[in-house]
Amino acid sequence: MDIIASYGSVLVIIAALVGFFMAYGIGANDVANAMGTSVGSKALTIKQAILIAMVFEFAGAYLAGGEVTSTIRKGIIDATPFMDLPELMVLGMISALFAAGVWLLLASYLGWSVSTTHSIIGAIIGFALVAVGSEAIQWGKVTGIVGSWIVTPAISGFIAYLVFMSAQKLIFDTDEPLKNAKRFVPVYMGLAGFVMALVTIKKGLKHVGLQVGNVEGFALAIAIAVVVGIIGKIAIGRLNIDPSADKKMQFNNVEKVFAVLMVMTACCMAFAHGSNDVANAIGPLAAVVSIVEHNGEIAKKAALAWWILPLGGFGIVAGLAILGKRVIKTIGEGITHLTPSRGFAAELAAASTVVIASGTGLPISTTQTLVGAVLGVGMARGIAALNMGVVRNIVVSWVITLPVGAALSIVIFYILRLAFGV
Amino acid sequence: MPTNAFLGVFAKSPIKPIEEHIKIVHQASETLVPFFEHAFKGEWKEAAEYQQTIRNLEREADELKRVVRLTLPRGLFMPVERTDLLELITHQDKIANKAKDIAGRVIGRELPIPAAIQEDFLAYVKRCVDATKQASEAINELDELLETGFRGREVTFVEKMLVELDAIEQDTDDMQIKIRRELHAIEGQLNPIDAMFLYKIIEWVGTLADQAERVGSRLELMLAR
Repeated sequence: MDIIASYGSVLVIIAALVGFFMAYGIGANDVANAMGTSVGSKALTIKQAILIAMVFEFAGAYLAGGEVTSTIRKGIIDATPFMDLPELMVLGMISALFAAGVWLLLASYLGWSVSTTHSIIGAIIGFALVAVGSEAIQWGKVTGIVGSWIVTPAISGFIAYLVFMSAQKLIFDTDEPLKNAKRFVPVYMGLAGFVMALVTIKKGLKHVGLQVGNVEGFALAIAIAVVVGIIGKIAIGRLNIDPSADKKMQFNNVEKVFAVLMVMTACCMAFAHGSNDVANAIGPLAAVVSIVEHNGEIAKKAALAWWILPLGGFGIVAGLAILGKRVIKTIGEGITHLTPSRGFAAELAAASTVVIASGTGLPISTTQTLVGAVLGVGMARGIAALNMGVVRNIVVSWVITLPVGAALSIVIFYILRLAFGV
Repeated sequence: MPTNAFLGVFAKSPIKPIEEHIKIVHQASETLVPFFEHAFKGEWKEAAEYQQTIRNLEREADELKRVVRLTLPRGLFMPVERTDLLELITHQDKIANKAKDIAGRVIGRELPIPAAIQEDFLAYVKRCVDATKQASEAINELDELLETGFRGREVTFVEKMLVELDAIEQDTDDMQIKIRRELHAIEGQLNPIDAMFLYKIIEWVGTLADQAERVGSRLELMLAR
């Protein structure tokens, strides 16, 4: 108990530092996945991608990022056994953040695409195991996470399939693909805007102190969708399109229209990523801050300190701006012949899945949704080739991330206990 | 430092190199036209230059074929069958090989082509080159086919191109019969070995069109899945 009293502010500072480190790692590594398809299809340049990611990651983290934090803090482990040992909870959360950050950096260095969400969950499970034993862990929730390895890619793959097939039916497989693209692409834009707006309104705005009712929220989301659609229509109208093009050139022009849409889905993706993954960095941090602020009392429902969300958002943006650029740069080449229309189906589906899941508080991984979405477009025969060997490796990395995160966190937890003499 | 593993999910597309390959193959067969124009006049030096061009193109096509075969590992999830793509490029490559063989044999013997059949012969070569051109154009629709998920209007469009390819091949068959008859009429005046070689060359030129048609039917099989 006296640890928290005497070292309170030190602990918060350490937690904030490792939280920032974690957010930095997320920004540097994960964002490349989120923005990869846009850059790969040449709808965006690297600079534009980074700019968009900065704005929308931050917006996503700030406006819709609060929901998942509570799941990670309270859902995975039971706080009750920690009631008498708050200092273990504090040290544990710090070691969890540190372990996840280290694993993330190591994996990025080795080129593995691991899930940030699962590293932090594995790490939390790890320290809880050695701190109070396995009864503190809500195994049911853990089973849910294992289930999400299948469910999440399935959902996002299904959405991607539907989106791609609808674009086929409405635009590509018609007599006048260009005319239909001009007509329907703003609708897709509106759809993306709608999902984003709805989740922000329903789940996010209360973190910034706004409450919007159900009906008003729905109406507002529709209004935003319409506005986005109109802006899209104007943007498409301004495109430089050669009207005398033959059938072949028409497809190229259709892709130009889709490139406008890609900008929109890239925004969505960054927003979704920010809203979902910032929680990985700030969830444990929020727990530490809340315990210290309440002098060691583990509150049932802690308010998020005002500076925590911006810290996480800023960490992601900093990581992206400084290291993410290098990762994104590698995308330009070697990627499959990826056109805006194919990339868009994958991204819109992934973003929608993440945003929806983030709204329901399910701790899903952005990587999972993207892999699922890419597979979905592949199933619809939209992508020239997918490397199934890599897909298999990624799935394996999902599985090993939990135990590795746990092991690292246990080691760091023991070191911290020694250092603070607990 | 290895690149991001997630991006590895997108394997390098085999479609582009296959389109690239048939383009080179078509260039090789196309070069036969100026080659024969010089051969007719006995300008063997110029003809040898064109033969060299064909050889270079054939080598380039070979290289590309090898790259496609090597970069098409198992466990690649594609909208078309892996075996279909491999067979397609094998058939495409045979066109370039045949073009190289034709030019090589003619140069090697400095084979005189009798003036009486020259005009029809050139038309025949050109028609066979038309067939490889048509095949090349059809293969170039592969990425558009991908765009539309191998369905609908684009499939009909490519099928029409393939019908046209069949018609061209039919043409070359008729022309081959005609030119054989012409050669038969004058073969008595020719060096017997030259005459035999001429029959062989006529047959080989026809193979260009046959092979182009085979490429087309491979594409057709892909559409049928």
